[in-house]
Amino acid sequence: MVRLKRACGQTANKLPDETQQRQRQNTVAFKLKKVTTMATAETRNKIFGTPETNYLNCTKGWKSWAFTLDHKRIGVMYLVGVTIALFLAGAFALILRSHLVKFDSNMLSYDRYNQMFTLHGAVMVFAFIIPSIPAALGNFVLPMMLGAKDVAFPRMNLASFYLWIVGTMCLLGAILFGGGLDTGWTFYTPYSIETETGVIWATFGAFVLGFSSIFTGLNFLVTVNTMRSPGQTWFKLPLFLWSLYATSIIQVLATPVLGITLLLLIAEKTMHIGVFDPRYGGDPVLFQHFFWFYSHPAVYIMILPGMGVISELISVYSQKRIFGYSFIAFSSVAIALLGFLVWGHHMFTSGQSPLVTLIFSAITFSVAIPSAVKVFNWLATLFKGSILLNTPMLYALSFIFLFGIGGLTGLFLGALSTDIHLHDTYFVVAHFHFVMVGGTLTALLGGLFHWWPKMFGRMYNDFWGRVSCALVFIGFNVTFFPQFVMGARGMPRRYASYDPEFQIFHQISTVGAFVLGIGILLAYGVLVYAARYGKRCGSNPFRAASMEWQSSSPPDFHNFIHKPTVNDPYDFDSQVYDEELDTYLPREYADPAKTPPRKEPVHH
Amino acid sequence: MAIAETHDTHGEHHDDHHDHGEFIAHHFESPEQQFDSGKLGIWIFLVTEVLFFSGLFVLYTLYRNYHPEIFQVAHHYLDKNLGCLNTIVLLFSSLTMALAVRSAQTGKNKNCETYLLITMVCATIFLGVKAVEYSHKWDLGIWPRSMFHYHEGVHETGIFGLSNYLIKLSVIPTLLLVGFAGYAAFQYLTDKANNARFYIGMTIMVLGYFAGVVGGVVYQNAIAGDSHAHAALQTAAPLMLHAATIDKSSAGHDDHVHADGEGDSHDDHDHADVPAGSQESVPDSVGIFFSIYYCMTGLHAIHIIGGIVALAWIYRRSQLGHWREDYFGPVDYVGLYWHLVDLIWIYLFPLLYLID
Repeated sequence: MVRLKRACGQTANKLPDETQQRQRQNTVAFKLKKVTTMATAETRNKIFGTPETNYLNCTKGWKSWAFTLDHKRIGVMYLVGVTIALFLAGAFALILRSHLVKFDSNMLSYDRYNQMFTLHGAVMVFAFIIPSIPAALGNFVLPMMLGAKDVAFPRMNLASFYLWIVGTMCLLGAILFGGGLDTGWTFYTPYSIETETGVIWATFGAFVLGFSSIFTGLNFLVTVNTMRSPGQTWFKLPLFLWSLYATSIIQVLATPVLGITLLLLIAEKTMHIGVFDPRYGGDPVLFQHFFWFYSHPAVYIMILPGMGVISELISVYSQKRIFGYSFIAFSSVAIALLGFLVWGHHMFTSGQSPLVTLIFSAITFSVAIPSAVKVFNWLATLFKGSILLNTPMLYALSFIFLFGIGGLTGLFLGALSTDIHLHDTYFVVAHFHFVMVGGTLTALLGGLFHWWPKMFGRMYNDFWGRVSCALVFIGFNVTFFPQFVMGARGMPRRYASYDPEFQIFHQISTVGAFVLGIGILLAYGVLVYAARYGKRCGSNPFRAASMEWQSSSPPDFHNFIHKPTVNDPYDFDSQVYDEELDTYLPREYADPAKTPPRKEPVHH
Repeated sequence: MAIAETHDTHGEHHDDHHDHGEFIAHHFESPEQQFDSGKLGIWIFLVTEVLFFSGLFVLYTLYRNYHPEIFQVAHHYLDKNLGCLNTIVLLFSSLTMALAVRSAQTGKNKNCETYLLITMVCATIFLGVKAVEYSHKWDLGIWPRSMFHYHEGVHETGIFGLSNYLIKLSVIPTLLLVGFAGYAAFQYLTDKANNARFYIGMTIMVLGYFAGVVGGVVYQNAIAGDSHAHAALQTAAPLMLHAATIDKSSAGHDDHVHADGEGDSHDDHDHADVPAGSQESVPDSVGIFFSIYYCMTGLHAIHIIGGIVALAWIYRRSQLGHWREDYFGPVDYVGLYWHLVDLIWIYLFPLLYLID
């Protein structure tokens, strides 16, 4: 290392054109440094005004997208991909709900019903929720929040996206070539070994998707570690990055275990190696242990990034410094680490020793602590803030409400005695949908509405955005609240027909599901319309203080054409309004004549 | 930053720096940042690799705990000497890898090239020996659990008295050998000596595989001739298993139990599916050990093959003289990966071969 550093000090032999380019860059940087004390209107316009060329139009043709190494384009492609997966799996959900309208429905055959809920779960979990916020929003925002030009390994980033495509195709290949899949998304042995359906297709798909997820996580970890702007310490990172960092730790540590588990399942199915198959002396419960060792932490892969988005949204739209920054930051890490120690709570009824069960239950309860820390800090941030009830904020508030219910009902299931009653009922279904849909999907939509102006440089129609939020919130509650009730009354999950007494709950739930579906469609409709026809907006319309808002909207190919100012991401007074550009600018760049004095002292 | 760069050079130009003497990707500020990122990246990747294998180690631990007697008996079918040879080969390859990294750090591309070639040859020797081990077991019906059906010595042989399985396993290396050698000759004849050098290196690399195969086969023929060793290997294990799993009064082979005598402590593990009575047959439940053996060593072998591909890449780049005192990252990263693959074998060898 010493030698490397010394050698780096020497002038490397560059080719002339490159040297020139460097020199030119240096002069510009020098100029910019000077103007920061007195930025002219021209400079302001150049840096923060709507640019003629941006990452979207700097190169053209499908190849410039298919082979791009730009994290922003990869993020956008990921967004398109996960949205397609969401609509597909959402359609499966609506078919399921339609089937369940009548207690003795024969809309789907029972086999078809099994396949339908399996694919709904598998596609939602592996192809949508896990990559949704990190790979789509995170990819776009993370390097920009660091003031970097790209993630550390752009090629690996693109590979991650293509692995996502391959994995999703394999997952769907289970329907087309494998004759469906009816194991549930968990692939429990011994049934997954016996069934004739496309388990190998689906497990291979999940295996590949796992690598896609590892690549994203690895990239994020390295990028946050090595590519922060000079002076940007860990505690100057936006909380979204802390949550992505915690998520990446889980992705990197847990996903390989899923990988080997699925490979062993494939080996078991093809060669009957006898590790999971009881016919050959194998242990089927061992598969559950292996599976949940990944898949429980994976639950936190799904929710943690959502929490990070909410931390940003709550703070920006209250225009108030986030309350308890370090508590929120460390609670993300705590959730990530505790997440590794609770997998056994999925198997309270599968035959574990009572002592182990007790320990898993206790640790499960302890996860509630960091989760509650976050919720209380968000609420404390809202307190006396100047709250703006626009679309992203409404999504953020509904997140807190829905995640609160989803999280607290988790405690019912973590308690040993109640779990015996509630295990494998609709109560469980409602619980994890409150966390994953009410939590993650809501956060994703909120995040999209928050960063959409940055991504496409255009503002959405806030009225219709709020309508979409209302529909999602109402539809969601109507869908899943009745499921708590019928679950508590003993309606088992995954049943294609049921006792007539539950029919009314199922019918309410189905109505809600369609409202929810319309709400989500409307949200995407508003966003897509805005990207095309929305009113142009400035670099920082919401007065956010984190670094990605210092780029133009949409950003330049290199993210920033200047050296972005490193400041406290929650010090909103550092941004002042500029009339000419109709947007907020960092104080350093604003017109000193029109800049109001600082309201609060800067405290670092 | 990049304000002065014109926009038409975007996107496609991430890689073009390789054509210059400068290997800094556009999004890094300094060579140090690039090196540190790569280093952290490879370490995190190694962590995922360790966790990937950890699933198998857990499996091993559990099943050894469930059925210690199976493990103690079954490992006698693994050849300690060949395993030991492979261990030495891999350890040596780690040494040459470390030397290659050192050469790259000091900018000695020529030395780096030589050391990398030796490393690759060691890797292929390892695979050759492994092919001999695998094919020999398959000849004896030693397969994973469901296909496991041990039978002694009777197997068909192909040309030169070699195992048919060995011949099948060697098809791809043979094709590679012919391909590389032919392409090297072609490049040489068309005056592309630089390219030819690379393909000659690849040819030598594949030859390592055949060296391993020949070594393994010669060794096996030698011990086949040596009646003592052979007999001990072939008979001790089944007898021990009987001692361990079948009621002593009915089996009556206690006297013949191998000198290690671990059989007695596991009488309590009774196996319903052991076919009592027939002395020659080995119960199929022993196959669980070989399931785990094949999973672990097979996955390890895949990693060796992956390592060879990575080594070939940096071998080519050292031929092109890419390494300098301020740029040697890729050799370092591949080196770390290679040491991990070696390290995993260091665990696999005693866990699988040296159970006594």
